[in-house]
Amino acid sequence: MASLITCPHCGTRPKEEFSIRGAALRRPDPAASDEVWQAYVYVRDNPKGRYQEYWHHAAGCRRWLVVERDNFSHEVFGVVDAGGAAETKSQARAGE
Amino acid sequence: MRYSAYSIFKQALSGNRLWKPAWREPEPMPHYDVIIVGGGGHGLSTAYYLAKEFGITNVAVIEKGYIGSGNVGRNTTIIRSNYMLEGNNPFYELSLQLWEGLEQDFNYNAMVSQRGVLNLFHSDGQRDAYARRGNGMRMHGVDAELLDREQVQRLAPYLNFDHARFPILGGLMQKRGGTVRHDAVAWGYARGADMRGVDIIQHCEVTGIRRENGVVTGVETTKGFIGCNKLALAAAGNTTTVGRMADLRLPIETHVLQAFVSEGLKPVIDQVITYGAGHFYISQSDKGGLVFGADIDYYSSYAQRGNLATVEHTMQEGVSLIPGLSRAKVLRAWGGVMDMSMDGSPIIDRTSIDNLYLNCGWCYGGFKATPASGFCFAHLIAKNETHHVSRFMRLDRFERGYVLDETGKGAQPNLH
Repeated sequence: MASLITCPHCGTRPKEEFSIRGAALRRPDPAASDEVWQAYVYVRDNPKGRYQEYWHHAAGCRRWLVVERDNFSHEVFGVVDAGGAAETKSQARAGE
Repeated sequence: MRYSAYSIFKQALSGNRLWKPAWREPEPMPHYDVIIVGGGGHGLSTAYYLAKEFGITNVAVIEKGYIGSGNVGRNTTIIRSNYMLEGNNPFYELSLQLWEGLEQDFNYNAMVSQRGVLNLFHSDGQRDAYARRGNGMRMHGVDAELLDREQVQRLAPYLNFDHARFPILGGLMQKRGGTVRHDAVAWGYARGADMRGVDIIQHCEVTGIRRENGVVTGVETTKGFIGCNKLALAAAGNTTTVGRMADLRLPIETHVLQAFVSEGLKPVIDQVITYGAGHFYISQSDKGGLVFGADIDYYSSYAQRGNLATVEHTMQEGVSLIPGLSRAKVLRAWGGVMDMSMDGSPIIDRTSIDNLYLNCGWCYGGFKATPASGFCFAHLIAKNETHHVSRFMRLDRFERGYVLDETGKGAQPNLH
């Protein structure tokens, strides 16, 4: 049930240590059009299945992480540091 | 068959063997005037009001499970209209007024109980916020009463008044709020719609939305293609999935909310009580069980089951407010998937597709809205015009900058 999250810095930790921001979308360019910004702020793909979210390890290293999970089975596929993460799938989608 | 004291008496004489099922189980017809996707509270009430108030009876409600299997049977049954914003309050007040006449209207015992909803406050700042909310309500003609500590103490002496960190200073009471037997709401609306000719098609999943020349012509389902003139979506947590079949991209994220029931206890909690220092709400069902819940699980989830950390958090909040709760045993817990919108308010609107109508974004406040949601959605479908109390619940409000954010938390669905 996504109860344990393996932080790349702190190891496997209970989920209560994290606070969850939501969909891991890439912030648009400041000069991007209103449509792009409104989609970034308000529209969500909300798929049933694999999903990437920003989690903050609030009671640990205080790093922002990208957690990739299945939001139906609650299986966790991977956790990477948001700062060092290569472009993730949903980030790439948001940038389209 | 109309239910009455006489019908109970008459059926009893025949050993209760002649009761008829409350609704039919029809096979889908090839075509309907209106198809409603989702046989939850909102879908069923929409069908009911379409048939009863707007004279459209050639209607099908398509439900992938059985009716009442979703959020209408998974909530904490609270009704209230203690909203502050102009875009919300008249809508929820219409809903409360419909609740008040509902049982006579659909001839079904939904156990509507106006026992009062009491929102506690724990600081001077929170008192000001609730006073403001209460004033907002009264300006809309809705009852609201600010109670001081002694008045709350008389109503609920078992609360933790002298909590070291969150002492109870008083509360905002809406006496007309209360609880309703949630399953009976689904059953009553289903029966009322069915009696007027609506087909309720259960165990039938919509797998596609067929379009020609930019309009919807029908839905592909596990029971074959069903045609329609108008298609209405009321799919709650599955709104995005269904909407995607028509290429809609929506301001919705799906989250799971848990609720809990304790063993049956003697009457102790007379009202619905909410904890201002957390997000905990509790009432006691007529059967005696304490019904309570708290926050959503915070991560996106389509699973109708929740996380133990949230269970623990809910129990901690409950015991913090009512220390005696630690002695009660929880009998059942369950989760429902919520269509969390980006401003915490719902959407009842037309879409970019001319004959496709959308009802979603109820977050976890959808139960109390069931009558008004159905009424306003039916109004919209029947007349192609928004009902005036739902005029702020537009789909395009996000891009136009007219968000309806009751709690002021911004575009983060898990905080609403």
